Amino acid sequence: MTTFREITFSINGRPRTLYIDMRKSLLEVLRQDLGLTGAKQGCGVGECGACSVLVDEVLVDSCIYLAIWADNKNIRTIEGEAKNGKLSRVQQAYVDEGAVQCGFCTPGFIMATTSFTQKCTGEKITEDEIRKSHAGNLCRCTGYQNILKAVEKSIHPDKE
Amino acid sequence: MFDLKKHMKANSIDHAIALLLENPDARLIAGGTDVLIKLRNGKPGFSELVDIHSLEELNFIQQDEKNNILIGSGVVFTDIIQSDIIKKHIPMLCDAVQSIGGPQIRNIATIGGNNCNGVTSADSASTLFALNAVLEIRGKGTTRQVPVSDFYLGPGKVDLKKGEILTTFKITPENYQGYFGYFYKYAMRNAMDIATIGCAVSLKTKKHIIEDYRIAYGVAGPVPMRCPKTEKSVINRKVSKSLLDEISQTIETDVSPRTSWRATKDFRMNIIKELSKRATKEALLRAGEEV
Ligand SMILES: Cc1cc2nc3c(=O)[nH]c(=O)nc-3n(C[C@H](O)[C@H](O)[C@H](O)COP(=O)(O)OP(=O)(O)OC[C@H]3O[C@@H](n4cnc5c(N)ncnc54)[C@H](O)[C@@H]3O)c2cc1C
Ligand code: FES
Ligand code: FES
Repeated sequence: MTTFREITFSINGRPRTLYIDMRKSLLEVLRQDLGLTGAKQGCGVGECGACSVLVDEVLVDSCIYLAIWADNKNIRTIEGEAKNGKLSRVQQAYVDEGAVQCGFCTPGFIMATTSFTQKCTGEKITEDEIRKSHAGNLCRCTGYQNILKAVEKSIHPDKE
Repeated sequence: MFDLKKHMKANSIDHAIALLLENPDARLIAGGTDVLIKLRNGKPGFSELVDIHSLEELNFIQQDEKNNILIGSGVVFTDIIQSDIIKKHIPMLCDAVQSIGGPQIRNIATIGGNNCNGVTSADSASTLFALNAVLEIRGKGTTRQVPVSDFYLGPGKVDLKKGEILTTFKITPENYQGYFGYFYKYAMRNAMDIATIGCAVSLKTKKHIIEDYRIAYGVAGPVPMRCPKTEKSVINRKVSKSLLDEISQTIETDVSPRTSWRATKDFRMNIIKELSKRATKEALLRAGEEV
């Protein structure tokens, strides 16, 4: 029995149809079949969030998401966030706040922040809520302080 | 790549049951946050999967005409937290599932999968015990209802036979109307950690007398458990601070924690006692009592 299946999905707004090995995770299809290496494999078991992407606007760990589940879905990865050479608001906030060191965790963090800020635009957000909404993402470099600032800035871009 | 030999997508509950019977070695996969981790770690027994991921038939939260609250086994934790029905009637279940993993896990992990693992640390379980939840299980041409306390048979063992699928959690009105509850999870980290101890209290008071009292634990024994001796000793007692101390003494006779690499037996016992007080106090405060 062949392990290959046909799936159709939209990736960063572009429709694609692929023959994929059904044993692969979405992360493996993104990185190996599509060459989109923004999402990273850290732990491979749902602990670190380095592989975070949005599936129909829902934040998931793509390392523990079967690629065949992406059939007929809209996938967003870090590669699609900048539009016409301009960084997204969240990306810009991470740059401005120096929230990036080695950068391994950054694509996953930015997708987590993007998902979070889409749900809470304009509302008053506590630091605790920011921490909880990013609890599925680990960073070994920054000590999180600048990431917190970047998330805050993504919610209130005018606040200095 | 996951070491998958066979993947079969089920289009309905009946289809899933048929596929399970045709493929005796196959297991169900819902959110996959346990199954895929086991596959990744090379654990045998998961290479044939019947896929019920996002099956619409299992994805509902509703109140029926008898005011039973019905939660489909395929509902993900994020949807429980956001459900108006759950927030209004059983907010302690929101507390409990809010404590699970991080957002990515809660967006995909299901309440059915959480309980079908049969592990004592399943964070939704103690609350379901305190609510006397009843599980509806479907097989080929059969439907049976099992109280959650009977569903857990032993570590990693639940009352599911070949070809059966858990479809619904039912909470009847006499088990939530007038009750106030609280869930407390103690873990080494504030997030993304398995409970050292989880404690759920649900109670009902009238004129400062405790009319009904239920206390349930995760990780205080081989499976999630209620504490009948303590419960009996509290019912019909007047609310007081000394009662809280009494609860934390009696509770020792109900539980049987073990030593694991996470925590020793003695440490767990201390946490069990402390949480009995804290969770009871918070539940009493929610009920409008003063302690
Ligand atoms: C990083 C991480 C953190 C976690 N943190 C927590 C935590 O804090 N607290 C906690 O309790 N758990 C935690 N878990 C464990 C896991 O996420 C939960 O147990 C989850 O609820 C499992 O649901 P699922 O849908 O993903 O299950 P799956 O992996 O799809 O299935 C689990 C088991 O249930 C069976 N099953 C699933 N649905 C049905 C059904 N309808 N009928 C019969 N059998 C069924 C499957 O065959 C399998 O044996 C964590 C997991 C990870 C990876
Ligand atoms: S690589 Fe997916 S969560 Fe760590
Ligand atoms: S910047 Fe290096 S892991 Fe976060």
